[in-house]
Amino acid sequence: MTALLTALGAATALIAMTSGGTPTAAASTTLIDAQIVEVYVFLLAAFTGFQIITKVPPLLHTPLMAATNAISAISLVASIVIAGAERPLFINIMGMVAVAAATINVVGGFVITDRMLKMFKKTEAPK
Amino acid sequence: MIDQQIGALFVQIAYIGASAAFILGLRGLTKPDTARRGMQLAAFGMLLAIIGTLLNHEIVSYQFIIIGLVVGSAIGLPMGLLVPMTAMPQRIAVSHMFGALAVTLVGIAEFLHSREYAGGPGVIKMTAIGFETLFGALTITGSFMAFGKLQGFIPGQPITFRGQKLINAAVFFGAVGLYIALVITQSGGASGDSGLIMFAVMTVLALVIGVTLVLPIGGADMPVVVSLLNSYAGLAASATGFAIGNNILIVAGALDGASGFILSILMSKAMNRSFANVLFGAFGGEKAAVSAKSAEGLTTRSVTPEDAAMRIGYARNVIIVPGYGMAVAQAQHAVRELAELIEKRGGRVRFAIHPVAGRMPGHMNVLLAEANVPYDHLFDLDEINEEFHTCDVALVLGANDVTNPAAKSDPGSPIYGMPILNVQDAEQVIVVKRGMATGFAGIENELFYLDKTSMLFGDAKSVLSQVVTEVKGL
Repeated sequence: MTALLTALGAATALIAMTSGGTPTAAASTTLIDAQIVEVYVFLLAAFTGFQIITKVPPLLHTPLMAATNAISAISLVASIVIAGAERPLFINIMGMVAVAAATINVVGGFVITDRMLKMFKKTEAPK
Repeated sequence: MIDQQIGALFVQIAYIGASAAFILGLRGLTKPDTARRGMQLAAFGMLLAIIGTLLNHEIVSYQFIIIGLVVGSAIGLPMGLLVPMTAMPQRIAVSHMFGALAVTLVGIAEFLHSREYAGGPGVIKMTAIGFETLFGALTITGSFMAFGKLQGFIPGQPITFRGQKLINAAVFFGAVGLYIALVITQSGGASGDSGLIMFAVMTVLALVIGVTLVLPIGGADMPVVVSLLNSYAGLAASATGFAIGNNILIVAGALDGASGFILSILMSKAMNRSFANVLFGAFGGEKAAVSAKSAEGLTTRSVTPEDAAMRIGYARNVIIVPGYGMAVAQAQHAVRELAELIEKRGGRVRFAIHPVAGRMPGHMNVLLAEANVPYDHLFDLDEINEEFHTCDVALVLGANDVTNPAAKSDPGSPIYGMPILNVQDAEQVIVVKRGMATGFAGIENELFYLDKTSMLFGDAKSVLSQVVTEVKGL
């Protein structure tokens, strides 16, 4: 578990150093390296997710779905770039709609997960 | 230039922090008492990632971003605060739709943008963009259909028509074929409008797949569908990460994909369907017309709420088995009242929850938690199945197929092999049910005809309220 986390962090740090942000098509060798690292990142994250999520009890499966849904609304960051980058107007507008849709999930998803988790209570100890 | 590099470094640090927060947050969900703090950490990670992104050097104007954020918050916040727990399956389905919509729009925008690259997007990037758009688009309409079925504006019964499989296959292979063609022809750079047309047709076909995938699926199969769409939405988000070279998207999408995948496996196991069967969306449509044992000549014993109250009121050990019927009748508060009453009289009450009870994974747990049933009273199949033979009364509330002993004893039954709750081992069984209609599988439940079983007919909520009143008077 800890090893996986470390490896994940290392892989992420590595790509941050090698690519220096967004890779460009010009630097083709770095591009391939970066894309291989992306595959590592995906695999490690998937394994880590698998390990953790199999341990989530059925009791919390609905909050789990709400939570992963909120987390995957991270596509908001991609939407933000498209809405704000120098692109044709209709693409910016598509980005804006994407930002709105993803924000609904981020805000709504975390709020509703918290509301649900707040309800799960243990038996109160007899006084 | 230096500034830009520092900025890029800051963004990456924010993303690494967010990845760690997501993973640790999900780890919090492995225990009910750490779950809330874990999700607060994950929310913090999300905030970090958003702030980091706003510093991205590609962004030249903020007005569209701000409008999107404001509109999204204005819709998302009331949705999060006001949606009742009973509407949770619909809420989850519709949120998959929003997530997929964002991903698909990003995919389309990236495809159009990639045509401006000198050397084309390259094979990996084009593969990612195509995958993202394909899965995103089918998740949009698939989730919308699931939402419609759960909300009730699309009939919950499986909708089938002649030639459906053929049409589904044609649409599916058409979309996948176009996807492969796009990767082959567009990776090296755009040439003319043919790429645009192929991409547009693929997207439309994917939207059609979403509809045809969910159309033939009945209400009780929804837990599998909802989990599967969860997984698709995650994989599409991950593909977005590959398309734009963004690791936080890859990580978060992989986590979501893994969770949906695991839930799909668990749900399909609990329904005794192979995972392959689920993956290809063939479920729901193929109900073998096996003639299960007919109920002719068998009789059930019906009891009044007064009789039931006598038995429940004096029981020492009660196991309650909730099903979708409890959710429909909104009987969870009445159930909690009954459970508290039994405990006050010195009895023990536990809840036995089948993995596919209800319309989404964990549906019953959320409803009971909302009604203030402590979670240490809730047990899943494996935890409680050996306990039924020690209990005086098993109270079945609107659950049917998941209690059918035929799943164990009758190899000819369509549900043979499906894991069930061993309700028949209890000393007495009381089944609360509206009528003698069969469950989703369309087969008779032998449990109802056992000598130890009493049927308590009526709406779960009103029947239970009567039982509560009677127990109070004992």
